[in-house]
This record gives sequence, C-alpha cells and structure tokens, in this order.
Amino acid sequence: MADVGITETRVASAADYFALLKPRVMSLVVFTGFVGYVCAPGRGDAVLGFAAILAIAIAAGASGALNMWFDSDIDAIMTRTRGRPIPSGRVAREETLMLGLTLAALSLVTMQLAAGPLAAALLAFTIFFYAVVYTMWLKRTTPQNIVIGGLAGALPPAIAWAAKTGALSLDAGILVAIIFFWTPPHFWALSLLQKDEYAAAGVPMLPVTHGAKATRLQIFLYTLLLAPLATAPLFTGLGGAIYALASLAGGALFLFLAGRVLASRAGEGDKTQDRRAGILFAFSIFYLFALFAALLIDHGSAP
Amino acid sequence: MNEPIILTPEEARARKRRNFWLALAIGLFVLLVFAITIAKMKAGGG
Repeated sequence: MADVGITETRVASAADYFALLKPRVMSLVVFTGFVGYVCAPGRGDAVLGFAAILAIAIAAGASGALNMWFDSDIDAIMTRTRGRPIPSGRVAREETLMLGLTLAALSLVTMQLAAGPLAAALLAFTIFFYAVVYTMWLKRTTPQNIVIGGLAGALPPAIAWAAKTGALSLDAGILVAIIFFWTPPHFWALSLLQKDEYAAAGVPMLPVTHGAKATRLQIFLYTLLLAPLATAPLFTGLGGAIYALASLAGGALFLFLAGRVLASRAGEGDKTQDRRAGILFAFSIFYLFALFAALLIDHGSAP
Repeated sequence: MNEPIILTPEEARARKRRNFWLALAIGLFVLLVFAITIAKMKAGGG
C-alpha cells in the first residue's frame, strides 16, 4: 500500500465523496437486503425496516470507502479504477479512512437502535470481513480471495432477515448461499477480461495464478453448484411460481453460458473469445437481480 | 505564529457545498433517530 501520486488537481465535490461509497455495489446490496427483509416472516414496521435497510446501505458505503483507502495503490495501476477519487488526487487517503470509519459507526448505531443486537453484530462482522479480512488480507495473498471474501457481499439478506425477526433461519441461510456461490463465476468472468491488469497490480486473481483454462473450469464448476442451489427456495416454500421460472430458466441459461466459456479460449488474448466471458459477466448480474426480483414478486403477490 | 490558510474562491465554494451536504446528512440522521424512537415506542419496545 504505497503512497499514490496525484495525477490531477481539482477541488473535491460531494459527488467525489459519494463515489468513495461504491454506489453500484451499494445498490445491489440494498436490493438483496430489501428482498431479505420483505421475505422474512412477520409484519415489519415500515420505519424500522427503512432504517435497517439504510443501515445496510451506509455500512456497504463504509466498506467501499475503507476498501478504496487501503487499495489506492492498486486502483492507481488498473485502468478501470484509475479515475477513482484517491488515485486521481481529488480526495486524500486520510479523509477516505475517516469517512469510512465514521459511516461504519453510524450504520452500527442505526442498526442497533432500529433492529437490535443480532442484526447490528452481523453488520459489524460484515464490515470487518470486507474491510479487514478481504481487503487487507485475502485480496493480496490468495486466488481464493473473492470466494471467501464473497461472504461479505452475501450476508445483507440475512442481516435484513435478522433485523425483522430478531433471528436467523434456513431460508436466510439459503439466500446467503445463493449470493456466495454466485460470486466466483461472476467475478472470475470479469477477471478473465482484466487478467493483465490484475497481474500488473500484483493481485493474485485466479487467471493470474492458475491461468485462464483453470479459471474457465472453476467458473463452470461453481455454476454447476449454483444452478441447483438456487432452486432450494422452491423446496422450503420461500420461492413461488415466478421464482421457479427465474431459477430454472435462469440457471439453465447460466449453465449454458458458463459451458460456452469453458469451451472457449476466453482470457487468452483473443477478443472474440473474451466476448463470451463478457456476456457471462453481464448475464450473471441480470441472473441475481432476476432471482431476488422473483422472490419479491412472489411475496408481494402472496395473499 | 502560523500563517492563516487563505482559500481560493473555488475552494471556499467547494467547502460551502460540502458543509451543506454534511449539515443535511446530520439533520437527516437526527430525524431518523427520532422516527426510530417513535416507532419503537408505538410498538411498545425499548
């Protein structure tokens, strides 16, 4: 984690500080958390539910800021992240650290007030896991970084579930497992396309350490686990007819696209072959969104 | 004695804008805590 050279001087705007919170990641976390809250049994209070989801959003933002604070050296090297507020010189690293710590504290206070100790403890664990275990340790040391680190991104539905009910359940665990097993094929499809950048930044992503062929196989194997796992809500009663359609059709298409990547030479420098990984990456986002949207529709339309 | 920091007009405007957003965020947080308290009192919880 070296000091980063300033490449641009411009006075920071509120938008720069907002960018430190990784708003796109935040939106997915808020969505999966919201679905977890809606699907949890019982009649939740609208204000307390809003506060719990807001706490999850702020915690995700805090985690994003702490990640950008620690990873500014890597961000300065990779094209995709070079324009972020720290490497471009618009926001100082120390400010980002303070922003992250302040938001983390605010999110925990809010969650404790609105939902009690279990949800607050799970939220604290998630921030710690993402900022310390994933960002400071796993990301720079092992190609399993995004597999283990994916737990942080998978927990929000369970946190929201705990916020509403004060407890956890099998269904909450299933939602976590779906996101957990979705993360490797999602990120490895992207990393196949950015292999050289990760190598230049010294990040031991799977395509860098084990090659593109091994990565394509791992993507397929994780998809083989994910597709049937995603149908589990049908057996517990969490998912209904719309979810059945989304998980079966979506899972089949995910497997087909992962199979196409497996049979390709994606990640070996051929742009037409890389396109298959790009399509899989884009579809993976749609797939997760579709699964959770289907749960929302099933629960919204339930009598 | 330290020299006072003199901001350029652009820096002063940027600081004013940031302060506005900070004040708004703090105000909204206070409102949120108030709303949570009322909701918990209605629910009969602590």
